[in-house]
Amino acid sequence: MATTTTPEVLDESPGESPADHGMSPATNTGVSNEKLAMWSFLGSECLLFGALISTYFLYRGRSLTGPTPKNIYDIPYTSISSFVLLMSSLTMVLALAAIQRGDHRRLRLWLTATALLGTVFIGGQVYEFTSFIHEGLTMRTNLFGSSFFVLTGFHGVHVTLGIMMLLSLVIMSARGRLPQSKVQVVEIIGLYWHFVDVVWIVIFTVVYLIPSPVAHSNRPLQIR
Amino acid sequence: MAIVLEPPPSTTAPDADKHAGTPGGTTFLRRPNSSEGFWSWITTVDHKRLGIMYSATGFAFFLLGGIEALLIRLQLARPNGHILSANQYNQVFTMHGTTMVFLVIMPVSVGFANYLVPLQIGARDVAFPRLNAFSYWLFLFGGIFLYSSFLFGGAPNGGWFGYAPNTSIPGYLPGRGSDFWVFGLLLLGIASTAGAVNIVVTALNMRAPGMTLLKMPIFTWMSLIAQFLTVFAMPVITVALFLVMFDRNFGANFFNPAAGGDPVLWQNLFWLFGHPEVYILILPAMGMVSEVLPVFARKPLFGYPVMVFSGIAIGFMGWGVWIHHMFAVGLGPVAVSAFSVSTMFIAVPTGVKIFNWIGTLWGGSLRLTTPMLFAIGFIVMFTIGGLSGVTHSLSPSDRQQTDTYYVVAHFHYVLFGGSMFGIFGAIYYWFPKAFGRMLNEKLGKVHFWLTFIGFNLTFGPMHILGLQGMPRRIYTYDKSLHLGFWNMVATIGAFIIMVSLLVFIYNIFVVTPKTALVSADPWDARTLEWSIPSPPPEYNFAEIPTVHSLDDYWHRKYTEDDEGRLVRLPNYEAVRASSDTNVATPGQHIHMPSPSYFPIVCSFGLVVAAYGMIMGHTNGANYIVSVVGFLITVGGLYAWGLEPSAEPPEEHGGEGGENAPPQPALLGASGGTMALDAPETAELPPGDTTEGGSES
Repeated sequence: MATTTTPEVLDESPGESPADHGMSPATNTGVSNEKLAMWSFLGSECLLFGALISTYFLYRGRSLTGPTPKNIYDIPYTSISSFVLLMSSLTMVLALAAIQRGDHRRLRLWLTATALLGTVFIGGQVYEFTSFIHEGLTMRTNLFGSSFFVLTGFHGVHVTLGIMMLLSLVIMSARGRLPQSKVQVVEIIGLYWHFVDVVWIVIFTVVYLIPSPVAHSNRPLQIR
Repeated sequence: MAIVLEPPPSTTAPDADKHAGTPGGTTFLRRPNSSEGFWSWITTVDHKRLGIMYSATGFAFFLLGGIEALLIRLQLARPNGHILSANQYNQVFTMHGTTMVFLVIMPVSVGFANYLVPLQIGARDVAFPRLNAFSYWLFLFGGIFLYSSFLFGGAPNGGWFGYAPNTSIPGYLPGRGSDFWVFGLLLLGIASTAGAVNIVVTALNMRAPGMTLLKMPIFTWMSLIAQFLTVFAMPVITVALFLVMFDRNFGANFFNPAAGGDPVLWQNLFWLFGHPEVYILILPAMGMVSEVLPVFARKPLFGYPVMVFSGIAIGFMGWGVWIHHMFAVGLGPVAVSAFSVSTMFIAVPTGVKIFNWIGTLWGGSLRLTTPMLFAIGFIVMFTIGGLSGVTHSLSPSDRQQTDTYYVVAHFHYVLFGGSMFGIFGAIYYWFPKAFGRMLNEKLGKVHFWLTFIGFNLTFGPMHILGLQGMPRRIYTYDKSLHLGFWNMVATIGAFIIMVSLLVFIYNIFVVTPKTALVSADPWDARTLEWSIPSPPPEYNFAEIPTVHSLDDYWHRKYTEDDEGRLVRLPNYEAVRASSDTNVATPGQHIHMPSPSYFPIVCSFGLVVAAYGMIMGHTNGANYIVSVVGFLITVGGLYAWGLEPSAEPPEEHGGEGGENAPPQPALLGASGGTMALDAPETAELPPGDTTEGGSES
């Protein structure tokens, strides 16, 4: 069953699969319910990460004690793991292209690769968290610790859930339960995966690349 | 309608055949198939049942919140009251606010949307029937979870707004109430977000042929906007609650001033959610009223497109006014001026709506039924509440009113005088559709007038009390302040409201069940839900209607003569009579989504996880309970994803769940298989064989 291909031809338009036999009218928007739901959910996620990133941004440089980003970040290291995560978007695209061609073996290959790259990223995050804790930065230490761990932690949980979904797809495909007609499942999980990657670009920029204004300052509250 | 991504079973892809017999979860749990009795309600995915369950549960919580309101009013009736202690008072007013917002108005509005949106747009179910069930159960469990706090050392006592650091630093508030508040609202937030996504997709995607967006009934429109707001507002409070949770459970510093944390961040996040929330609460009621008025004025809704666009404008502008909740915080003149102006601006689309309602009534032949009375009451009360809202935009005067009873008066005029009046009107209006019987009109009018008088007696005097300087959230006041008289009046008003509710309950449970059944269209109404029998069959529409105009059903019955007068079409009686018999023909096979155990399982797991988090707060080892709950949810989700949305038709015959033909398994977000006509049934015209909803 490794290279099963389903007989029907894939129609690009998600609303009108040839399997319909004309019995089901297309959706009003032309986008399938499932995909529209994923887009709405991702819209919701934008505000979730928006609020978390704003919180981090607000508290930059306002910790009363160290350690500060300056003395703890290893930017080359995080850049590499960011690169790994971004590459996983490429493999996700290749996975989708594979199932669109009906190539189930490559589908599983690329899905596994995507999950693997995600796992490497998460492994890197775990290592980073551990080394920060060893250097004396925990959630309790200061505002930087609280906002750093919560923001990147939330992202890490999202990546982990994505990995679980990808591996589920691999297993489904291996058991023959992901025929080409279900290309949309791969596409929708791909949407989620790309979203998580895009969010990481923002987080990486805000958290790691933009230097904190005045590290370790005792300025009074500033949002008045 | 839903998309069919799979061929019917007869042409199922060959590779799926090898895994015959065990579609996902049915390996350990047979698919529920009862349509009556206890289990059918636990496993139902029917949007009409869930809509009724939402509304009924919301109403039960309304009674609880009402009892809390009465306790508040008893305590404050006289100076130096001692019915409640200060801590008990804090618990009661916190739970009153939290209940009325999150457990009453939101879910009842969602309940109506659940029931009505598919009926109004000519669909057979919502887009994701099982997700719908999941939202309902999580809402119910979340409500029970919140109320269980009374048994575990005291209810939340930090106000419905939960200002940090009062709530975020353990020990500032006595008891575990804040933990229950944080996790309860997180659960309810997940429930509302899931429900909102569902209704958004349904309204956007599943309209009957011909129903363009500007032919969509106004209630569906307003629900759509409110649910969009829910989708985008809920994550903001979710983050705020998570930050408090990390502060409380894991010693983070987000709102800890001693570590440089900023309590104003909480206020910004909370009100950035909180103001769109205000429109989440009022927009559906505006939609209900906009449905009721045209029917009983026997005129089209005045300026329908303007109503739609003003609703959209409110939805957008609702995001730009939250600072007016924080004028007294001291954010500086620029922020305050900007948000003063935006707050004045948002009154414009709201005013447009009020004038459109008046325009709808103007020159109509009014029938003053109970729904109509509540709708007119809504307009008057909401206008008063809206005007006192505009006074808050003037920040100098707002500084005087902040945290006084004037604010309490204002938001009760918009939330009770507005949302609840709209909801009561909607209950009277749609009750015959849902249950096939009219609520008694005489008792209904008694209910309305008692509510109207009691409401104004309760909340009218609060304007005066507020301007006299009586602060909110105090559990008592001294005699020397001379606040006693109006407080006593308010308490009397509250008890009149209680009596009105007793009349309402008597009407529903004692009088109405004995009345005769009514026809499909008892009000001579306008929208599609009246074109099918009361109560509607499980599949709603035997044949999906084709829509030609706004208020399509009305235009099948009426037309206008040259002078614009209303004229009945010759087939008026025939159209109304056919609505009663608008059911499937004997040979017709309509395949609906099957009931499922997994929505309730998944929501149950989340509640277990939440209890674990609260126990873990005091003893870290108890986090294991959270893990167990989380695993229940994950397991439930997998089983859910692997069971098809609808079982193959044969299985409904009774026996042989095990022997059913293979059904390809589906993952969570995949397309639903709506393979249709059973082989043994007669061949049908293609239009008759359609599906109910799709996979969720």
